[in-house]
Amino acid sequence: MRRVNVRLHVPALLGALFTAFAAGPALAQDGPIRVGEINSYTGPLAAFTVPYRNGWQLAVEEVNARGGVLGRPLEVISRDDGGKPADAVKFAEELVRREKVDLLAGTFLSNIGLAVADFANRNKTLFVASEPLSDAMVWSKGNPYTFRLRPSTYMQAAMLAEEAAALPARRWATVAPNYEYGQSAVAAFKEVLKAKRPDVEFVEEQWPALFKIDAGATVQALENAKPEAIFNVTFSIDLAKFVREGQLRGLFKDREVASLLTGEPEYLDGLKEETPEGWIVTGYPWYAITEPAHRTFVEAYQERFKDYPRAGSIVGYNTILTIAAMLEKAGSTDTAAMVAAMEGLELDTPFGPITYRAIDNQSTMGAYVGRTAKADGKGMMVDIRYADGADYLPDDEAVKKLRPQE
Amino acid sequence: MSFIVAQAITGLASAASLFLIAVGLSIVFGVTRVVNFAHGSLYMLGAYIAFSLVQVMGGSFIGYLGALLIAALAVGLIGAIIETGLLRRIYHAPELFQLLATFGVVLVVQDLTRAVWGPDDLFAPRMPGLDGAIDVLGHAIPAYDFFLIAVAFGVLGGLWLLFRKTRFGVLIRAATEDRQMVAALGIDQRWLFTAAFVLGAALAGLGGALQIPRQAASLSMDLNIIVDAFVVVVVGGMGSIAGAFVAAVIISELLAFGLVIFPEITLVLIFLVMAVTLVLKPSGLFGRPEFATAEDARSPDLPLRPAGSATRTAWLALIATAIAAPLLLGEFASIVLTEITVLALFAASMHFLLWGGGLITFGHAAYFGLGAYGAGLAVYHLSAGMAPALLLAPLAGAAGALVFGWFCVRLTGIYMAMLTLAFAQIAWSAAFQWIGFTGGDNGILGVWPSAWASDPLVFYYVTLAVCGAVIWGLRHAMFSPFGYTLRASRDSALRTASIGIDVTRHRWMAFTLAGAAAGVAGGFFAFAKGSVFPDVLYVSTSVDGLVMVLLGGMQSLAGPILGALAFTGIETELTRMTDLWQLVLGLLIVALVVLLPRGLAGLSALAVRGRAP
Repeated sequence: MRRVNVRLHVPALLGALFTAFAAGPALAQDGPIRVGEINSYTGPLAAFTVPYRNGWQLAVEEVNARGGVLGRPLEVISRDDGGKPADAVKFAEELVRREKVDLLAGTFLSNIGLAVADFANRNKTLFVASEPLSDAMVWSKGNPYTFRLRPSTYMQAAMLAEEAAALPARRWATVAPNYEYGQSAVAAFKEVLKAKRPDVEFVEEQWPALFKIDAGATVQALENAKPEAIFNVTFSIDLAKFVREGQLRGLFKDREVASLLTGEPEYLDGLKEETPEGWIVTGYPWYAITEPAHRTFVEAYQERFKDYPRAGSIVGYNTILTIAAMLEKAGSTDTAAMVAAMEGLELDTPFGPITYRAIDNQSTMGAYVGRTAKADGKGMMVDIRYADGADYLPDDEAVKKLRPQE
Repeated sequence: MSFIVAQAITGLASAASLFLIAVGLSIVFGVTRVVNFAHGSLYMLGAYIAFSLVQVMGGSFIGYLGALLIAALAVGLIGAIIETGLLRRIYHAPELFQLLATFGVVLVVQDLTRAVWGPDDLFAPRMPGLDGAIDVLGHAIPAYDFFLIAVAFGVLGGLWLLFRKTRFGVLIRAATEDRQMVAALGIDQRWLFTAAFVLGAALAGLGGALQIPRQAASLSMDLNIIVDAFVVVVVGGMGSIAGAFVAAVIISELLAFGLVIFPEITLVLIFLVMAVTLVLKPSGLFGRPEFATAEDARSPDLPLRPAGSATRTAWLALIATAIAAPLLLGEFASIVLTEITVLALFAASMHFLLWGGGLITFGHAAYFGLGAYGAGLAVYHLSAGMAPALLLAPLAGAAGALVFGWFCVRLTGIYMAMLTLAFAQIAWSAAFQWIGFTGGDNGILGVWPSAWASDPLVFYYVTLAVCGAVIWGLRHAMFSPFGYTLRASRDSALRTASIGIDVTRHRWMAFTLAGAAAGVAGGFFAFAKGSVFPDVLYVSTSVDGLVMVLLGGMQSLAGPILGALAFTGIETELTRMTDLWQLVLGLLIVALVVLLPRGLAGLSALAVRGRAP
């Protein structure tokens, strides 16, 4: 038998590996308008980002069925960052330098949103941040090229604080994952609630490690402080553990609970039989929203994907609506024109009209506030109302202090 | 008082969960010496399979219990497939290579699980019959917690009987103590290994299945548990079942009471426990010192020779290609090449320790991350420019390695590896939670190169020049008297010490040098990305580095470079092509381990052999 002669040609290997890097798109002025989109589509975050992707895909199809924008179709070039900020920056570079996209959009995790925002600022590229929640996106780390769609941590915490202020409870406890999001949410909730109700005191704080909550011990510690009400920021697998232990150990009996994001189908649906009743939550009760524009969206979504929308879906959908409206207003894909168009941009969404505030680049998209209930072993939101984001932002003077002024 | 009792019982229930996952890992390591990263994946599979079965048959207590047990058996079966199909083929390969193979399995299982069960968290109903709470001195404690504690004691007792009273158990214990002796006595090791692995896998599956009444099955279960499981095994002593139990109880109770007093400390606590234990008792609470020193018995690698003319030509070709590539391939290529160069230095600094010193590190991300944070914080707090910030990076890496290394080099083998991991995780926790100083999860932004280097091509050449020089320096160090001494201490610490060389001090110096080199890489990484986030310090960064070193091949100084090139190149291209890129990458890694146990650089050795008549 003859031996196979395998030799290592380093240059050949390098060449083979990099041929792919060289290819770029053929550019044409009348070709599609290219949107570079980055999100965490693999790993544990897929549960959130796949419905989001469905949302923007639906909107792209609708926009293109109408003939596109500025007479050109919209094309989204999407990349998976795998949940790593460093990879998100790498793909942002790739999208801008090789794919020559006209603008960037997307991201879910706050740190990835911030990394891409900083990249956009440096490269003078427009970035429509759809999902990241961190207040830093538009305030302390805000920049002129980054605009954020989703209602922020502060806004959603303020919505709950308003509800909390109306309750008789005075002794509050908080439980939040110990990282930036959890700490910001608790700080915002305390600030707004204290301003409305100076008599409120916070008697216990629990800071479980993110996705590693020691639920039994945490619940026991909260229970031991005998609070009258609890503000919860845990989410996802931490939430499921916390709710089950809390119910079993009677933590929520005769106590009010205000819980951030828990009404979003992404978090609520997983709880099924365990759904706690009567919690005050922010979320997305797609089944209960009666506005015609929203009904149309839900029907189109269900028709297209044979699935119901999640909070991410509406965010993805509104991201593309934003981009389309912005392009119409800008009249070109020149970055300066697009940025100018984004400032103060007004558009209609399934949630009603929203505005991108010129003062801090935050949209006024709101969220629904209501109480949790259980029907047929499934969690849902009842007594809902739409909290318009515009009503839950600090006044302009405060915003100017929070955001570095250029 | 009643609160203390309730909290103690709650802690015990957590301890039961931890013990069940850790004990299987300990058995597998004890017998096969495989550091099984896929143990967490088996745990996750146990939870998912149990969830599906519970949907069908979980209506009654017996049905639910049956579902949990079948899930454990099913995972045992999967373990058998992994062992016979993969691990059995690579027991002769270097130990770390087996670790790489199990890491490939982690990636494959992660994507397959998502493909089968979807990305949503799956929350099972409570267990019928145990769906209430029991009143203990006025505190309601879930009935299931008591069940879990009972199961843990049952498993502990069952394993004790198995190991003390059956022939199989005696053989397992014998293999744990001395593999060669068992083989010399005519025992078929292959089936012993398979049986031990299946037992370990089934225990992992049981551990996962038993979690579903407490937590949702989710795709993050695998990596979430594996580090904790290793901590428990190491604190208890590798291979010791009683040790795993005691360690699980200590850690869980400390957590349960710790969060009452210091709610913020939970993340760090578990690693502090490990660090303190290993510093005081280098082979864990119940581990035997032989385990730690067994590494010295392995046959040393071939001595490293200075480059011959063919190798020199290959190096020159590599350098020429590195210089020419971005000119031919455009702007984005220089960005990817910058990343590859930085990671090649990171991998080379790991390789220096792993191969040069025989020092296994799972926490090299600490020094890479300290370099990145050193540079980032200099920019953020001191408004430093690029050059001074980059000078600070190796100092930060070296300072961290100097302090952490002092403790780490006193241990050997897996214990040393786990202590390096503990320090890295402590550093990560600090960066993640100390928001005032590090910016926490929101990181440090605006760490961009100075104006003169802001063009990607210029920055790439700067990176290539500096990182290339440091790689060359590491190579040079390997051939210096210091390098020879280090390699001597790797091949035989005892003999090296007996001719009057302070082995520990040499290892400490090597550790610090590697830390400084990793720090340089971290500094450049920060400026390449424009930002620094805690994940540069996380265990996944260390694992990526390890994968690069092993992928490239341990026995060659070109290995880390080829590994970084292949890993980054493949990952960048795969993620653009398919959502199932982890599956493909995992399969590639597994195939590589089986087909090319000497890594990519081994290809050239293969070529030499191929040319021989």
